[in-house]
Parts: sequence; C-alpha cells; structure tokens
Amino acid sequence: MKLTGAQILIETLIEQGVDTIFGYPGGSVLDIYDELYKNADRINHVISAHEQGAAHAAEGYARASGRLGVVLATSGPGATNLVTGIADANLDSTPLLAITGNVGTSVLGTDGFQEVDIVGVTYPIVKHSYQVKNVAKLADTIREAMQIAQSGRPGPVLIDIPKDVQLASTEFENKEKISLFDNPPYDKALIDRAVEMIAESKRPFIYCGGGAAKERCCHDIMAFAEKIDAPIGTSMMGLASIPASFKNGLGMCGMHGHYASTAAMYESDLIIAMGVRFSDRATGDKAKFSLDKKIIHIDIDPAEISKNISVNLGITGDLKEVLCAINEKTVESKKPEWMAKIDEFRKYEEENTYISPNKLTPYDIIDAVNAIKDEYSPVSTDVGQHQLWTSQRNKVHHSKTFITSGGLGTMGFGMGAAIGAAVATGRTSILYTGDGSFGMNLNELATAVSQNLPLVVVLFNNGVLGNVRQWQTMFYGERYSQTTLNRKTDFVKLAEAFGAKGFRADDKDSLDKALKEAFASKSPCVVECIIDKDEMVLPMIPPGKSIDSLLMRFR
Amino acid sequence: MKKFVIGMLVSNQAGVLTRISGMFSRRGFNIDSLTVGVTENPDLSRMTVTMTGSEYERDQMLKQLDKLFDVKEIKEIETSTAINRELAIVKVKANPADRLEVLTVANTFGAKVVDLSAETICFEKTGESNKLDSFVELLKPYGIVEMCRTGLVAIDRGSTTLKK
Repeated sequence: MKLTGAQILIETLIEQGVDTIFGYPGGSVLDIYDELYKNADRINHVISAHEQGAAHAAEGYARASGRLGVVLATSGPGATNLVTGIADANLDSTPLLAITGNVGTSVLGTDGFQEVDIVGVTYPIVKHSYQVKNVAKLADTIREAMQIAQSGRPGPVLIDIPKDVQLASTEFENKEKISLFDNPPYDKALIDRAVEMIAESKRPFIYCGGGAAKERCCHDIMAFAEKIDAPIGTSMMGLASIPASFKNGLGMCGMHGHYASTAAMYESDLIIAMGVRFSDRATGDKAKFSLDKKIIHIDIDPAEISKNISVNLGITGDLKEVLCAINEKTVESKKPEWMAKIDEFRKYEEENTYISPNKLTPYDIIDAVNAIKDEYSPVSTDVGQHQLWTSQRNKVHHSKTFITSGGLGTMGFGMGAAIGAAVATGRTSILYTGDGSFGMNLNELATAVSQNLPLVVVLFNNGVLGNVRQWQTMFYGERYSQTTLNRKTDFVKLAEAFGAKGFRADDKDSLDKALKEAFASKSPCVVECIIDKDEMVLPMIPPGKSIDSLLMRFR
Repeated sequence: MKKFVIGMLVSNQAGVLTRISGMFSRRGFNIDSLTVGVTENPDLSRMTVTMTGSEYERDQMLKQLDKLFDVKEIKEIETSTAINRELAIVKVKANPADRLEVLTVANTFGAKVVDLSAETICFEKTGESNKLDSFVELLKPYGIVEMCRTGLVAIDRGSTTLKK
C-alpha cells in the first residue's frame, strides 16, 4: 500500500498503540494535521495554547499512564518551544516522542521561513534524535525512536520531518508492536556481595529515586525493607515509590526533606540506593554524606554508578530483577535498636516541625486536599515552595500519581503536566502551583476548558517568588531583588475569563468549601489560597552543607 | 592524571561527530585528539579518542559515550598491547646550508621526504605519538614552517577486536 509520509506517521503511531497526542499546528506540519483530521476517530489530538504546554502535557500523560508521551509541533518557533519540555523529560527520564515538521529538504540550511536546526539545538538534551530525509525510512525510524524512548532508562527522542518527506509516497506495511530492548543482565556475583554487605549492616537505609517509583517494584521494595528492618527515604522523584502510609517510609530526604528521613540517612551505616542519582539537592556536602558508611547503588543506567557519589558496590540492571535476587538470598534480620533510633528521629521531627501561626498555612492546604482527593488522582506540581511543601506533605497512595519537575525544576511545568495527567487517567487531576509558576503557563487553562478536563488548580498565592525570597531572606540579607511581584491579578476573575471556575480561600473554612465545590464540579477550577509571603520551607539544609547545619526553624 | 586511548565503532551517519564532541564539551571532558575514518563495514566508522584525565573521568567518558545510540562498540585500548600510530607532515625551513643536517635527523627517525623546494623540505613521519613529538622537537631549531598531525589511531594486537 502506497502512503505519503504524513499518512505513514499517523499509521505507525496507531500501529504502535498511540491513541492520544498533544500538539499545535503550523505551516510545516499541515499535511500531518490533514491526516489527523481524516483519522480523528482513530487518534485523539489535544491542542494546547502554546507548544511548551503541549510538551509538558505529553510528559504528564507519560508519567500518569506509564506510556509514551507524544508531542507534535511545527518547524522553527514551534520546535524551539518544545525545548524546555524535551530538556525536562531528559532530566526526569520521561519517555517522550517529540515530532517536528521542518522546511523542505531543498530549503534546509538556507535559513528558510520558520527554519531551525532543531536536531542541532536539542543534541545535548535528547536520548536520541533523527532528521528523516528519505520517506522509505520513516516508519522504521518512528518504531526505533519509540523503542529508544522507552527502553532502559527512558528519555526524549526527537524526529524532525521535512515537509517534502511528509508529502513523498512509499510502500507501507504494518508491523508488530515493538518490544523494548533487553535490559543489560545484572552481574550475579555482585548479588552475593550485596547480600553480605546487607547482612553486616546494623543500620541499613533504603534510598529510592524516580527509577524505583514503578508499580512493579513497589511491593518488592516494601518486602525487602521489612525483611531487614530498613527505613526508606526518597528523592523528590522517588516519592511515589512506596505509599505514604507504609510504616518504614520516612518521606523525602535532603535539602528540604523530612528530618527523620535525612537523619536516618546520615546515621545509617549502609545506604541501599535504588534508581536514584544522588543529586546535590539530596546529598548536600558529599564528603560528609558518605562518611562512615557503605553504599550499594542499583541502577539501570551504568553511567550513574559512581557519577555523583563514589559507591562501594554498583549493580547495573533492572531494579525488580536485582531486588528479587537480593531479597531471595537475604536472611530476615530484626534490628530493634535501629528501629528505636528511627522512632526517636520521628518523635523529634513531630515535636519540632515548624508550623507558622498564620490562619491558612501551606500544610493546611495540602492536608485539606489530601482529605478530599481520590487515592488514584494524579497530583502534579509546578516549581517552587509549593512543590517542596507538597513533596513533604502530599499523601501518595500509588505510583504514577505524583508528577513534578524534579531535575530541571521547570516553573510552568505544572499546567501542561496536570492536563496530560487528566487526559491519561480521566480522573480529577490536581495541580499544586504558585502565583509565580502559574503565571508562566496559565494560558493552558484555555486547553483545560476546551477539553473540559476535571482539573483542580490549587494556587498558593503569596504575591512573591517565595523560594527565591526564602534564600534572599536567609543568605542575601533580605534584599528582595525582583521577587516581590505586585501584580494585583484577580485569579478568580482570571479563571472565569478563561471559562473555568474560580474560588478564593483565606482560611480553613473557606478552603474546605472551595475544595468541595471544585472537586464536585469535574471541570477546570482554580482555587486561589492566600498565604503569607514569609512562609518558609523547613526544615532546610543550606546548599552544600550537611545535617549538622539543618535548620528546623528560622528565627 | 593519565593518558587514555578509547576506541569506538559508531554509526556512519550525519551528526554522529557532533553528538560525540558535544558530549565532551557538555560534560567537561578534555580530549587530546580524535580521529575518525571508514571501516570494513560501510555502516560503521571507527573513532579513536585520546584523553588525559583521572580514572573517574575515563570511566564517565566510557559510560556516557556508550549510552549514545550511535556508539555501537566502545572500549579502552591498552596502548601496551596495541599498535598505536600517528602520522605527521612537517614543513621545515631548509636552506642549502642546513639541508644535509635536517635530512640526517629525518633519516634517523625514518621519516620520508615528500616535497622539496628551494627553501623548505616536507617530511612525512608515521609512528607512535611520542616518537613524533621527539622528531618535531629536533626539527624546531631549523624552523618549522607548518605542520599537521592526524591524531592517534590504535588497534589491538592479536585476535582481540573492539567488538565484544
């Protein structure tokens, strides 16, 4: 069957099980959009307000569903608008397929209208990329790109398709659904060494990252933790690796982590790290971090072993397989002294957690949402103080229900991500955002409204860029350079102007009432929560410092 | 700080060199030389990279390169058990008075004369990089007009290959 490049693209996506893509039309993808029009009953397209929003939506879709996210944009500015989303997916290992149109091959390299070398622009931030110049290679390129994006440590793959390649015809034949590349087999000898190290440890600590936040690993991690009496701390990306209710779970550790989690990590004699890359936000002072302790690091990506922290034992392989092998050979061992120590840390945390005297605190807001949300509702965040408070306080019940921009720290990530999560799950999608982050991509409210998505935007409005302000308070002598916004935006009216519902809450009662209405409406809602501009994220370990410098409160 | 040699088989496609050299700059790896050329398989090119750095940097470079989809085979080449070669073409000032002396130096190193003009001689010298260094050093007093070196290529002795 002879098909054009544009038809081949759509047929191959459908063949491989893609039923939803996010995007924005334009001159260089008109032929692809024409095919989308003709195939509207077979593949759903969600149009965003801006290509960046589409890219984040594809990320949110991928992370809420565990499937590949697909985003489509035109050449030039359409393509460059995807860049932040691609970089974000790269740092958070999100499987993303970005498809861009480009000018015709005869015009490539001549600075044609809306021409950008998007393959060149994105080299450092993709897992792989292609510019397809021969239509005969298009279908297999798409299939290979999907394999690369989802195999091993997932990541973004870009396919750039010049306009004439979309128009050219070639024979097309459907193929089977691709299978992912085999994971590298783990070294069995290392399992015995790990088992020995675990047996010798008196104070083991399990440290989970984004690579551990997989449904298929959750049970094994918990079983292992119970078997050896190890507490579990997570990175921000690893928050969904275990349910918040699990008794050995201490929550996020590191710069703004829970005291008990961070303290247990420092006090441990063995860290068993799983799918985590020891970011500077988690480790602080690296020399003090690994003092008096051994580290076992299990990761699918060999390049992460001993990259940021030198480890005693690195095992490359699929976490579930490695963990099952270790679990099988590990003898159950109870550690009452260590557990008692953990309880002490917990007690200290409970007694010393700083709660501000304001009438509506950040924790009040998150507690209220925890009380009303469905356990399967995807929770997304933007970037800033609200993200850290959410990381500390949000109750995660299932993997794939916590979606945040951990590595790149993209302000403006949340609106797209929450839209993608709503599309993927059909459930009420919750977005925690701040007035700063929301301001970056609030245009996507239009998308949520036109798609009539069940989306509750919980907006922390403190009128300032709170996270930066906090650093300015602590480390820059209260010189609030460009962080006091003075915007006077009426978010209720703004929501209404977009066709969404708007609510304002300044105390617990008005918040409960607003949340009740918002969650019942099953449509886009913005709940503006007024909080004090001097609320801080605590505890905090100042950058580059260790637990010795941990602050439970400031002043 | 040690010198390391890395051999790679990479896809013979546009953009591969950019991907690899971009990775070096992004991750802050310092490389001393990089060569690339065709192989017996038209789909693959062979690259040889020499770098100076710590063992940590070597490990990271090997692992990060291995992650690139276009890098099909990669390993460190132990120079002690490999054939290591580099080619230099050196254009030296050689007025009639110095000419004999310059030719004696070249002869000692087994360099070939590939061009001769009224004022210059061009030598071609193939060998291990340190031999080339000494050769160039000894020619300096006569005045090097210009020179070019290919960078190292290396291949394992015996039946060992890059392929795992």
